[in-house]
Amino acid sequence: MSQVKRRANVKMVPLQSDAIVPERDINKAPVLEARHLGIEFGGLKAVDDFNLTIGRTEIAGLIGPNGAGKTTVFNLITKVYEPTMGAVLINGHDTKGLSIVQASKLGIARTFQNIRLFDQMTVEENVRIGLHNQIKYDMVTGILRLPRYWKQEKRQHEKALDLLHIFDMEKLADETAGSLPYGVQRRLEIVRALATNPSLLLLDEPAAGMNPHETEELMENIAKIRDQFQIAILLIEHDMSLVMGVCEGICVLNFGKVIAKGTADEIQANPVVIEAYLGKKKEAQA
Amino acid sequence: MTRAKRNRLIYNIVTFVLVIGAFILLQSMIANKSITRSLKGQLVPICCWVVMAVSLNLVIGISGELSLGHAGFMSVGAYTGAVVSGWLLNACAIENTTLRLVLAIVAGGIMAGVMGALIGIPVLRLRGDYLAIVTLAFGEIIRNLVNVLYVGVADGRLAFSFLNKKMPEGVTMLVDGAKGAVKIKPVSTFTAGFVLIMITLLVVLNLVNSRAGRAIKATRDNRIAAESMGVPVTKYKMMAFVTAAALAGMAGALYGLNSSTVVPTQFTFNQSINVLVFVVLGGLGNVLGSVISATLLTVLPEMLRAFSDYRMLVYAVVLILVMIFTNNPLIRSVMNSAIAPLKRTLRGKKQGGDIA
Amino acid sequence: MIFLDNLINGLSLGSIYAIIALGYTMVYGIAKMLNFAHGDVIMIGAYIAFCGLQYWGLPPVIAILAAMAVCTLLGVTIEGLAYRPLRQATSLAVLITAIGMSYLLQNIALMIWGANPKSFPRTFINGASIRIGQLNISSATIWTILANIVIMVALTLFTAKTKMGKAMRCVSEDRGAAELMGINVNRTISMTFAIGSALAAIAGVLLCSSYPILQPTTGSMPGIKAFTAAVFGGIGSIPGAMIGGVLLGVIEIFGKAYISTELGDAIVFAVLIVVLLVKPTGLLGKPVREKV
Repeated sequence: MSQVKRRANVKMVPLQSDAIVPERDINKAPVLEARHLGIEFGGLKAVDDFNLTIGRTEIAGLIGPNGAGKTTVFNLITKVYEPTMGAVLINGHDTKGLSIVQASKLGIARTFQNIRLFDQMTVEENVRIGLHNQIKYDMVTGILRLPRYWKQEKRQHEKALDLLHIFDMEKLADETAGSLPYGVQRRLEIVRALATNPSLLLLDEPAAGMNPHETEELMENIAKIRDQFQIAILLIEHDMSLVMGVCEGICVLNFGKVIAKGTADEIQANPVVIEAYLGKKKEAQA
Repeated sequence: MTRAKRNRLIYNIVTFVLVIGAFILLQSMIANKSITRSLKGQLVPICCWVVMAVSLNLVIGISGELSLGHAGFMSVGAYTGAVVSGWLLNACAIENTTLRLVLAIVAGGIMAGVMGALIGIPVLRLRGDYLAIVTLAFGEIIRNLVNVLYVGVADGRLAFSFLNKKMPEGVTMLVDGAKGAVKIKPVSTFTAGFVLIMITLLVVLNLVNSRAGRAIKATRDNRIAAESMGVPVTKYKMMAFVTAAALAGMAGALYGLNSSTVVPTQFTFNQSINVLVFVVLGGLGNVLGSVISATLLTVLPEMLRAFSDYRMLVYAVVLILVMIFTNNPLIRSVMNSAIAPLKRTLRGKKQGGDIA
Repeated sequence: MIFLDNLINGLSLGSIYAIIALGYTMVYGIAKMLNFAHGDVIMIGAYIAFCGLQYWGLPPVIAILAAMAVCTLLGVTIEGLAYRPLRQATSLAVLITAIGMSYLLQNIALMIWGANPKSFPRTFINGASIRIGQLNISSATIWTILANIVIMVALTLFTAKTKMGKAMRCVSEDRGAAELMGINVNRTISMTFAIGSALAAIAGVLLCSSYPILQPTTGSMPGIKAFTAAVFGGIGSIPGAMIGGVLLGVIEIFGKAYISTELGDAIVFAVLIVVLLVKPTGLLGKPVREKV
């Protein structure tokens, strides 16, 4: 079906031990390497021995039942939490001890499961925050309105509109972010994250609350973003049509542990996954 | 030009026109002597409170932190200004009052800014209500410290002592413990106050509409998201806080040099709350609102005796009601639906056939 | 001997701070707000007890109970009228409201009782002092320390054993989950305010028994210091409030005795800044993770 076409029949090849990346990324350094990553919350291992390698232009999926630790993995990668075990490498840099801000500067951007926009600011301003470290000038330049201020403001504005164009949102530039409908807010979060010029984009349930039509559209946009920006995308999603449709490598998490890894077809055929995850879902739907 | 940008421009122009207009009006009233004595005496204090309110709004409305020690920064500025002005007169024999005033204001601003940085470093990296309580504590510490501070000038040199008054022979006291800063030669002028307001407005409004200002607002709206976008949150909270402290120090220097003495009890917690009321009533984040409410609430108690008696009671009720009315989702939705048709008619008229 | 005298005075003052700090720490733990008006509830409690003793001729125990009843009612009313509508609001809005409430109480007290300080009457609390060797321990000191211990034990048992106490702990951990488990969050928060305010009345009487000057601003400074104590001990922790309160009282008295009388308050607040710099979670506080 159309989903398969979007996936472009990519062949997955092993990189090191159990890691897989798309064939086209095999000779490029991976964007993200998580090695034996783990975190304990008061004795409970929320994530344990998590290994993941993401290729330069890969679209990867992280799936698993609720409470499996998916968002915790995101929080470990973005340094919201410091891992108690293992390491995260972003573009080859060890992120041990780094802050959220430093991780962002290494090239990670994310969206949030419970949307976190700058509610009282306009849509355009939200994107400008994403451009904070891209198009710069200092505080004094801003207060004194030196020539550089005007030049950089103009650049920021144009760039912001360019980015908003991805989702045809230029018309909404002046709206207050907090007043937007839910689906639009989710898209704005993606635009804002893209503005930071990431090499890895983390999307936490991008299709949550969207209708099938919107999800379909989102799926196309995710593929489009990857093609246009040549970046890697890791997404958490419960909507299987989206995951199976757009993700090349998929990692399945259950109780903080990886239970399966592979392409969409492999995952769909994996008995462990069906038992732990898809099987349950079928029951729930029945 | 986008709509948001145009609205911002109009807002800024209105703010500046209003302040400049008021200044010209008052100056002409002074020139033809039609101004009342009490109002004339209040002109400099009004300027000071406007600067205080606008700068506190930068912390509360723009950066979303509550500072309860704004009067503390004002007192740092007032004392510094008094000492610097006295020293310049005694030691350097600078007779030019404008130069003394300017240098005193600058010194007051720097000193208060440094204090702001010292307070900000431990506190602004924390989340929650800590800044409120620590700034409150800071205000009290400052009041305690200046109570036992003695500064004199002798033979062109400043002499400091702490806790007890040990001063060299032939000293001229500048700060005399609980008596406060004494024998100040008043040099503040309404024009200086007006210039200070203009500088404050320029700094705050330009900051808000710049890269740094947006970063400050982003940290207010969502700290985690701002950090995830690569915005160093503590740095920008610090920027807002220190800028506000420095402006409060400048206002303090102007205020202190407007009279012959400054005493520690002028800068109590109550004063910080007064400024908070100006900010809340004018609207959080609304600079023009702060200017208007600070002016009105400084003039009003002088004009209305009855209001002056119940001032604090009214202020307390204002704080509670404004907060409930602007933050309760139910009340807000009711108010919004009441205002919405009005807004629609206004916008419809402006944009003509746009809706159809 | 002077050292021991100071230590006992410090323990006594610290016990008062501890009782007040309990009100702050419980409300902060459960409603996640800094109830700025708590210090002023103390003042109202002291005034009610004062009226009971001075004007209505009530026996001391009844006067204290009356003060507790009024404060309980006051605390619950404040919560219901001013704080409940702001349950979803930012902490900034809640804090500003609480400051408004603090000022409202002070000004109402000013209207009713005037600005002139009232001298708090002597009761059984200010009975004969006890001599141990050269040491002279006032009766108020003994009552205060005793009250502190009793309250602490009772409160610890209450939160550990009773249904309401457990509900409080649930709400403090996760308000949403507590609600889903069928706990009435609003009632639990009301209850917290009721307990905190009743304790405030006791603190008010004890405070004015040791320092018998009563005026509308009586509660504000001890209130702020008690909050400092709560932060010192670890906000949200009941034993933390006790330890923080007692330590802060001792530090204040020693600071006044050995460093400078004028700088007593400055020393107390300097402690707060140092604590936040070194250990922001306080002595017994647990770090809180923000859910992302």
